Amino acid sequence: MSVRAKLSGSSTDNERGRKDTTGSGLANLRAPVLMDHSAATLEAIEVSAWFSGTKVLDDVSLSVPPASVTALIGPSGCGKSTFLRILNRMHESVLGAQLAGEVLLDGLDIYASGHRPTDVRKQIGMVFQKPNPFPSMSISDNVVAGLALTNIKIGKQDREDLVETCLTRAGLWNEVKDRLNRPGSALSGGQQQRLCIARALAVGPKVLLMDEPCSALDPTSTRRIEETIAELRTQITIVIVTHNMQQAARVSQRAAFFLAELGAPGGIVESGSTTQLFENPVDPRTEDYVNGRFG
Amino acid sequence: MTTTFPQAPSLGKRPPRDLNPGLEPSDRIFHGSATMIGMFVLIMTGSIGVFLGYQSIPTLRHYGLSFFTQTSWQPELDKIGIAAVLVGTFEVALVAMVVAFPFALMLALFITDYAPKQIKSWLVSAVDLMAAVPSIIYGLWGFYLLQPHAINLARWLSQHFGWIPIFHVDTDPNAAVWQQSRYTSSAFIAGLAVSMMAIPLACAVMRAVFDQAPLGEREAAMALGGTRFGVARTVVFPFAKGGIIGGTMLALGRALGETAAVLIIVSPDFVIKPRILEAGSQTTSQLIAGNFGDATKSQLSALLTAGFVLFLITLLVNSVAAVVIRRSRSGAGTEI
Repeated sequence: MSVRAKLSGSSTDNERGRKDTTGSGLANLRAPVLMDHSAATLEAIEVSAWFSGTKVLDDVSLSVPPASVTALIGPSGCGKSTFLRILNRMHESVLGAQLAGEVLLDGLDIYASGHRPTDVRKQIGMVFQKPNPFPSMSISDNVVAGLALTNIKIGKQDREDLVETCLTRAGLWNEVKDRLNRPGSALSGGQQQRLCIARALAVGPKVLLMDEPCSALDPTSTRRIEETIAELRTQITIVIVTHNMQQAARVSQRAAFFLAELGAPGGIVESGSTTQLFENPVDPRTEDYVNGRFG
Repeated sequence: MTTTFPQAPSLGKRPPRDLNPGLEPSDRIFHGSATMIGMFVLIMTGSIGVFLGYQSIPTLRHYGLSFFTQTSWQPELDKIGIAAVLVGTFEVALVAMVVAFPFALMLALFITDYAPKQIKSWLVSAVDLMAAVPSIIYGLWGFYLLQPHAINLARWLSQHFGWIPIFHVDTDPNAAVWQQSRYTSSAFIAGLAVSMMAIPLACAVMRAVFDQAPLGEREAAMALGGTRFGVARTVVFPFAKGGIIGGTMLALGRALGETAAVLIIVSPDFVIKPRILEAGSQTTSQLIAGNFGDATKSQLSALLTAGFVLFLITLLVNSVAAVVIRRSRSGAGTEI
């Protein structure tokens, strides 16, 4: 019996158990533990951001199509990471952070009053620059940490299936299947990062945000992560911040070039398909940047 | 300088060079004075231990093991022992810690994770101030302000949990006119007052380690949809485990030795009494402070022996706390 088959069986059980909790829109994803692989559209409309009164992003609009990889490129300090953190409401966790504009997930504003940031973050997962598995937890506990955090209880068999599915999707299963009870911090940097991807996938997000996920990794680990991204692409919407131009060209279908002029807040200079942005940019600044003439 | 390393023949024909450049004059002065002060602290603590140990010899020789098993303290009858006193000491400390631990933990978590920035600095100062209040003030507070109210809680506890020996009080808790004096001056009330002194100590250590919980892990928990308490549970508490245990034990060390507040509140009673709510108890430091004034030479030696035992217990508790903190992930860089 394949894992998928087992999963679909138990997922109907789960669905039945929490019929009353499922509503429409954002509340929807509070429930599904075993993901339905539905990618979502993400759209930022006229987003501006401030830190302690200083404007760092000005009027950024970007549409991210479902089941695709969108790369955010640009020099350091141009607001890429801030923009990424706005997309799942991590921005507001910083003291003194402010925001204007809208972010629509499948047409619903994630900043609308009544939407809890915790629910938004369950639907829009995030992988950070530095691998950050929970060091006191085993590999399998790390994968399902998001369920414990959000008080979702699942049976032992479901849990094992979920661990296997998520680790497989993150491309880590074969390397760790014999030592699931060992601490997550004992893995190599690249493996830890894939563990973090598996952990993010376990809560069933529709979008995965990646903030320079490979910048702390060696070339081999980087290639493994890129392979993972390519495999996930069909199931989930991915937005990735990267400093590595070749990486953006390899993994993404769409790209947005961010730039902050001296003393001015950052913004998008140009966005479009990755091929167009790299081979036939409209703006001369984009051309200079992608050809390595600055940044 | 030529040194030979027979165990490492593969070093080749050039032996390792001397890399010790020697100290600059200013460094040498500072190094010397810092070393002296460091040694002074060690010598002070050590000499206190040696002095107490030396003074205890006649008492221990005279009474032997019965010093630890005898409950009463009647020098005129030559009956002297610290059995009841030790039990009382631990009862007061236990009550103090049962109250102080959850209070300090929540207070520390509130300060690091929940309190708005402006309130945070106020709270930190307030907790530090709590530690600076003289213990005699807590004694007066406990006796005059807390006790009249705390006896109602004591009575309630004995009404509902009287079947547990420690909550039993030898009087009828349900009597229409209840005997208030049976509930006053107990280990329970002394423990409550002592907890006020234990809280800031435990809270300061916990706050320091909570603040060190790595931002990366906090953000990971948040990005998974965790609430603030979820973040505390999955990231902060596991990270700070050593600091929580160590801070608590440090506060326990303080609670074990507390004198003034206990002296004011508790009425002396030399029996081994497992009933913490009932009037009368006795702690080691209270015994010493209460009998020091009119002690003869042999009584003084006995009091110093009691002090020696307290010194050893506190030393043990603090050493264990230090080891726990240092071995933990959060405390690897901290010393207490």
